[in-house]
Amino acid sequence: MKLTEEQINRYSRHILLKEVGGKGQLKLINGKVLVIGAGGLGSPIALYLAAAGVGTIGIADADQVDLSNLQRQIIHSTPDVGKAKVLSAKEKMLAINPELNVVTYETWVNAANILPMIADYDFIIDGTDNFAAKFLINDACVLAGKPYSHGGILQFDGQTFTVAPGQSPCYRCVFPEPPPKDVIPTCSRAGVIGVLPGVIGTLQATEAIKFLLGAGDLLHGRLLTYSALRMRFREVPLRKNPKCPICGDNPTITEVKDELDAMTVCDLGH
Amino acid sequence: MNLTVNGKPATIAEETPVSLNHLLEALKVEQREYVTVELNGDIMDRGDFEATTVKDGDNIEFLYFMGGGRS
Repeated sequence: MKLTEEQINRYSRHILLKEVGGKGQLKLINGKVLVIGAGGLGSPIALYLAAAGVGTIGIADADQVDLSNLQRQIIHSTPDVGKAKVLSAKEKMLAINPELNVVTYETWVNAANILPMIADYDFIIDGTDNFAAKFLINDACVLAGKPYSHGGILQFDGQTFTVAPGQSPCYRCVFPEPPPKDVIPTCSRAGVIGVLPGVIGTLQATEAIKFLLGAGDLLHGRLLTYSALRMRFREVPLRKNPKCPICGDNPTITEVKDELDAMTVCDLGH
Repeated sequence: MNLTVNGKPATIAEETPVSLNHLLEALKVEQREYVTVELNGDIMDRGDFEATTVKDGDNIEFLYFMGGGRS
């Protein structure tokens, strides 16, 4: 497979980079990335992956665009209110880059559908807003051996790290179980500054692109935290936790399951 | 004793080792139910917070669950 004249022109600023070049751009074009969540984090992730020419991009979300989303979910526009987020997202991605294969999943991820969904992809990005989905994505990716990027945002703070299953710490190495259900902060109550998911989501997209290129260092074993108020990034070293319930020495989780408590409580916040 | 908490120097009045629970109290850590504690690089079991002691020079990170993104 060779790049066309149009592709060489479109991706010229990538091709100039010695870490990318024509070969790297072909890796992106042949790459398959699944973005779970078409909201605050998913917006910049999907837009940048589309612009970068990642050839197959899956996007999963069951929600419709709401007016209150537009303060931060930059892939959606005012005329999209009421439209399925995955369809709104797909239109914008194809407008940037019509040659992409955008696969939409108008559903919430759950224990029944996640393994077949992630099977087709090289890299998964968690752009979800609730703990049930975050634990589910971690468990599915660890069990299936799929590398993935975790991202979380709350008010003015964000965090992200990248998991190489079996090799680097996973989400449950750090957070073995969801917090007790009576203390989970409801998603819509806490609020979030609109630019924050732009920062964290763009970092996540960067990880996916570097993964496909095989370039640089991924956020393995390093939790990157960002405080927008203090305008400070920090890196917290993480180790694999031998007691991790899914990737530790004696795993107790051997199949994906829905964290029902975390899901119900979080959904009340919508 | 002197500690490093979330990358910054911190001092608590106690001179002898204290439990993690005591430290959370002394530092007035909020939303304690969903903080994960990393002590000198190791993630601590929530059930061990009382039995785990913190001593002078220890490095502590408080890590918080963060949702966000989609909704």
